[in-house]
Amino acid sequence: MAKDVPHQPMPRLEDAPLLTGRGQFFDDLPVPHGTLYAAILRSPHAHARLRAIHADAARGLAGVHSVLTGEDYAGVAAPLMVGVRLPIECWPIARHKVRYAGEPVAVVLAGDRYIAEDALDLIEVDYDPFAPVLDPVEALDADAPVLHDEMGGNLGSDRQFTYGDPGAAFDDAEHVVDISVRYPRNSCTPIETYGVLAQWEPHGQSFDITANFQGPFSIHPVIARALQVPGNRLRLRTPEDSGGSFGVKQGVFPYIALLAACARLADRPVKWVEDRLEHLTASVSSTNRAITLRAAVRGDGRITALDYDQVEDVGAYLRAPEPATLYRMHGNLCGAYDIANLSVRNRIVMTNKTPTGLNRGFGGPQIYFVLERLMQRIAAELDLDPVEVIRTNLIPTDAFPYRTASGATYDSGDYVRAFEQALKDGRYDALVARRNERRAEGRMYGIGLSVAVEPSVSNMGYLSTVLTPEERARSGPKNGAQSSATVHIDPVGTITVQLDSVPQGQGHKTVAAGIVAERFGLSPGNIKVVAALDTSKDAWSIAAGNYASRFAAASAGAVCIAADRLRDRLAWIAAAQLNVVPDDLRFEGGRIFAAGNPDAALPFARVASAAHWAPATLPELDGSPIRETAIWTAPELSAPNEADEINSSLCHGFIFDFCGVEIDPITHEAHIDRYVSMHDCGTILHEGMVEGQIRGAFAHAIGASLYEEYAYDEDGAFLAGTFADYPVPTVHEIPDLEIYHICTPSPVTPLGAKGVGEGNCMSTPVCVANAVADALRPGCGEVDLVLPLIPARIAGFLQDEPRAPEGQEKRRETGGKGLSGTGQARVDAAPQDIWDLLMDADQLAAIIPGAHGVKRLSPTRFLADVTLGVGPVKGRYRVDVALSDLDEPRSAVLTGKASGALGTGMGEGRVTLTPDDAGGTLIGYAYDASVGGKVASVGGRLLDGAAKIVIGQFFSALGRRAGDPTHRQGIFARLRARLGGAS
Amino acid sequence: MRRLDARQTHVIRFTLNGRAVEAHCSPRMLLSDVLRGELGATGTHVGCEHGVCGACTVRIDGMMARSCLTLAVQVEGATVDTVEGVAPAPGRLSVLQDAFRKHHALQCGFCTAGIVMSLDTLLRDAPDADEARIRDVLSGHLCRCTGYHAIVQAALEAVETLRKETDHA
Amino acid sequence: MKPAPFDYIRCDSLDEAAGLIFETGDEARVIAGGQSLMAMLNMRLARPSVLIDFMNAEETRRVETGKNMLRIGAGVRQAELLARKDLAVLNPLLAKLLPWVGHPQTRARGTIGGSIAHADPSAEIPLALCALDGKVVLRKGRKLRRVGGAEFFLGMMLTDKAEDELIEAVEFPDLPAGSGTGFGEVGRRKGDFAIVACAAVVTKSRVRLAVGGVNDTPVVKDWDALAPEDEAEALNALAWSLDARGDLHATARYRRDLVRGLGAQVLKEARACAG
Repeated sequence: MAKDVPHQPMPRLEDAPLLTGRGQFFDDLPVPHGTLYAAILRSPHAHARLRAIHADAARGLAGVHSVLTGEDYAGVAAPLMVGVRLPIECWPIARHKVRYAGEPVAVVLAGDRYIAEDALDLIEVDYDPFAPVLDPVEALDADAPVLHDEMGGNLGSDRQFTYGDPGAAFDDAEHVVDISVRYPRNSCTPIETYGVLAQWEPHGQSFDITANFQGPFSIHPVIARALQVPGNRLRLRTPEDSGGSFGVKQGVFPYIALLAACARLADRPVKWVEDRLEHLTASVSSTNRAITLRAAVRGDGRITALDYDQVEDVGAYLRAPEPATLYRMHGNLCGAYDIANLSVRNRIVMTNKTPTGLNRGFGGPQIYFVLERLMQRIAAELDLDPVEVIRTNLIPTDAFPYRTASGATYDSGDYVRAFEQALKDGRYDALVARRNERRAEGRMYGIGLSVAVEPSVSNMGYLSTVLTPEERARSGPKNGAQSSATVHIDPVGTITVQLDSVPQGQGHKTVAAGIVAERFGLSPGNIKVVAALDTSKDAWSIAAGNYASRFAAASAGAVCIAADRLRDRLAWIAAAQLNVVPDDLRFEGGRIFAAGNPDAALPFARVASAAHWAPATLPELDGSPIRETAIWTAPELSAPNEADEINSSLCHGFIFDFCGVEIDPITHEAHIDRYVSMHDCGTILHEGMVEGQIRGAFAHAIGASLYEEYAYDEDGAFLAGTFADYPVPTVHEIPDLEIYHICTPSPVTPLGAKGVGEGNCMSTPVCVANAVADALRPGCGEVDLVLPLIPARIAGFLQDEPRAPEGQEKRRETGGKGLSGTGQARVDAAPQDIWDLLMDADQLAAIIPGAHGVKRLSPTRFLADVTLGVGPVKGRYRVDVALSDLDEPRSAVLTGKASGALGTGMGEGRVTLTPDDAGGTLIGYAYDASVGGKVASVGGRLLDGAAKIVIGQFFSALGRRAGDPTHRQGIFARLRARLGGAS
Repeated sequence: MRRLDARQTHVIRFTLNGRAVEAHCSPRMLLSDVLRGELGATGTHVGCEHGVCGACTVRIDGMMARSCLTLAVQVEGATVDTVEGVAPAPGRLSVLQDAFRKHHALQCGFCTAGIVMSLDTLLRDAPDADEARIRDVLSGHLCRCTGYHAIVQAALEAVETLRKETDHA
Repeated sequence: MKPAPFDYIRCDSLDEAAGLIFETGDEARVIAGGQSLMAMLNMRLARPSVLIDFMNAEETRRVETGKNMLRIGAGVRQAELLARKDLAVLNPLLAKLLPWVGHPQTRARGTIGGSIAHADPSAEIPLALCALDGKVVLRKGRKLRRVGGAEFFLGMMLTDKAEDELIEAVEFPDLPAGSGTGFGEVGRRKGDFAIVACAAVVTKSRVRLAVGGVNDTPVVKDWDALAPEDEAEALNALAWSLDARGDLHATARYRRDLVRGLGAQVLKEARACAG
């Protein structure tokens, strides 16, 4: 290609409909007449006994068909199967207990979503909250709150693995270097949320479901079993288009079970579209993990053994396909390094957070974060160049195919060449010079490096590594990964291809069309590719779906195999007509002809349609030339062996990243100055799409590195319920990316291709972290970094804060946690008068801001119906207040619980009444409160101020009433008006 | 003054992609829902319903707008344009849409409708928009697939193509 | 995420709207651009029973200059003001700060008055009101009153506007000749609400720094003069005097860091363009 001709990648067949608003996404599809729309009531508590659900008012609302609960579900369906045998029940809707904020508690079915949400507001639920446990390591404590009583603890699995002789390697080690990290929760948050349309056919006892599920279809039997129907009575269809997934839409499956059960109970079609708050709160995320990694190291930086201790937090339930996040990387725990000795302890714990699931990178970000942070730590502790430490340990070129300590086969690669070429082409030396210059100017500049092996095409058997060899023997071997594709020729000789890959934007249709067109000598535009999958009609297996970067390596290969077989048959037909041997035939330009005689050509369509019109004229063939379905799995994907060795993935790509980061001296933001990423993903099937995958994964990784976290407070309230609090990067936040490639084709995939869609999610977060650590090193030494590296965290490492001026004591610090405060108010009345007011329900009704009525249940217990809020933000709550530690008229403790459609609050306050010299009273108060539910997830910013205002209103009203009871109405009304009317 | 009762549906009339339309809706219904559900214009997508993701961006009286932050009753009498109205004819693409296709500026295509509407509006208002302006407009959208790079390239090329077309004319 | 039911009233004049709000009081909310209110309606954080839309009223859409001030009708959209070629002359601080308000898509709908009424302590326009000694023109029935920022903003989303009042306009006095302004903010992403925003106005007789995003309302600090050698100490004192709190996105200390660091940067910018 001439140098001045810009590369023009092949346009995608998918694009024109998508660009003109003609996509066929889930919510764009027509629905059956009579469809009901669902809305889901979710728990505001992280951990609570579910005592009663009062839904009569909701059921009575016009337009509401029914309100269904966990008990209703249990009447027609069963819990979801769990991958590891545990005595827990994994229901898609809470029964008896809620275990995470956002867990479904009731489903409203109504004529439209607006009415369904109106009905949600009318449901009252009685909860008895328990203390939650959020931290995976704390969840292991003997006295930690237990999520599943049947288990007696929170530990779901504890396995130890030894490969080689790590004990001896550590005994002989010159150095032992270790690092402990915490990897946080984040999610790739597709812009299209989950959607399910479920129908029940009572005569056939079968379900027909459309959902934007992404696979793996190993989940299909899980759903069928939950719905208590045979597999062939669960028709699962996916739409032609899906608005992104990145693994996340695997997590729609509990909702498929839930909504299908609702459709059966209601005997009507039911449709549910998840909203964004639901998605952020309660879809799925990556696992958070606590990892300690130790390395036995020689003086030159050569690592002789690794020792992992991993505590994996899967959230409230071990939900299929977990604990896959932990085991997906099991074969490649040593990354790109030649390390023969390995020991691993893997523990899986449950905590009061949303159950986890697939998320781009799937296990890779966690592993490489600790491994590559350790590589930097080794360089620092041994005073070596980090480049040298990597170079010393890389798997040598002549070692491929390379078998890792834990049993993976790295199919191809030339890590040394890729590494050296990236350093050279990416101008690493210039980056070092730049860092040195910046540092000389007193600026904070650092360089990070990371190396990763990117696995693709998961072995469906890797998950069974979590079982002991004995348990595996009992349950039977699991292995392989079947890919399916069908190529069909119609009576006019045009071609339709059916995929099993459930694409969500990766352009599979274009690549498949290109592969088929090339084989038949047609134009890609003439090939029709169907991505919508129908389990009742199409070829599929448990491995079908869009995950583990399997398309290029596996699904595209199946397309290729099917097309080759059909082409061979057409060649036999044409050869008979042209009187030549099939091997001589060329398929080009819509014609078939012998290589030496292009003029005597047959139109492709005529040959291709012959089997429809004149089957008796065909030569004997090894199969029909009308339709071919190829189902292919790689023999290399064997089951884990007795020694727990597992080839967890079929192919292994390579990535080497380095970057320069500067920390802004004022804002402390980490600015990525340069970022270089070298890839080897085997044969590249479509350059534009490979670049798109790399840039997309990189953007996700920038989010994970610097911006995004599914954060919880210590009470288990979810804090990131909006795209304002879960700050997904915009165009301003994504830096430039320099991409380089080398290519070592995979010998084990039909096209030599490997997956490329996830690599930067694995390599980039740690590369950025290493750069930030390097930037901080001159001033702060070695630092322990936790993602995301938000400026406030970086600021915490920098020099001490200037002291407060004399007399200005340090203000309290809260960290997005519960609310607390103290205050004082003076009231022109004696303590006894105030005490009497506080004990009188009628008086309280007038004092409590926004009270509609107060009932005295006992001398020390009140129930109030109040509207609370600030400015436009208002909600109606049931407030249960109990008084204790009464010391009339000096002090009392008030304990309150509030619940309403916006969420819940719990708090305790001590009130003291102290007479002053002027006949008045000083009222002192101190409170601690926690807030859960929607208001905590979307309105966190408001809460502190709101609490202060409401309390302020209360004491102002108390003071006015105590001091001047005759004018209370007017004064209270004025006060309310001034305070923006929290009533 | 016109008072629309909460519990009833009302007829609203506006111009959608050059055609007069009417829809029946209650006051609280979002424009995004009315476009998609009542009028079948499903090209406009809903991604967050709190105004951040930008997928639902449409054009109201010539200005970009989040259709999830707009009540359908607010567009009574207005001119609304959506992604379905951008191409010059069925089966064809606008210069901007074509540049998107050429540069792989979309993957799943879900956020694309909103981005196309914002950039299409920018190109009308500021045919000479530079990269900074393009990025500013684009920053009102979240795309999880592309990493944005290709979108910026596509928009820059569209500016250039349109400039050449204008120069020729 | 769908709003709870409400009546919707479209007014053709400000008189109508003022009369309506006077009658309906705390059941009603005025919707202007709706860029903050609509999100709250969708999440059902706000659930008024009546929504009064005055964007059809011609007189709310006027921008008036002269009389030593810029008078912006409550229905003027942020994008309309920003698009004025003379804005940098009329009010250089507004010209610097408006591009930081949301995104082009939200500025196209969002109004100046709506942002003031919403009273988010992290928002830029309330900060400008305080920094510039602007006045909110409140109307009850036919009666008008003018309130400055310090009196108007009472807390997070809480203002001095009574339930039966509406905002008719916002008035920004012209800056004295020779004054200089500066603005800067830090958020998680550009276009987000600020973690800290600083606006500076430097005149011959006064150095002013207004800080948003830290307390529940914007805070204004004036110095008669501020010598460069005293500045760091003064900003540190200011930082510590505020009620900085930690949240998901920032610690209290980081907010104080920004008051010191960003404050100095913004003051420098203002000094540099003061004549």
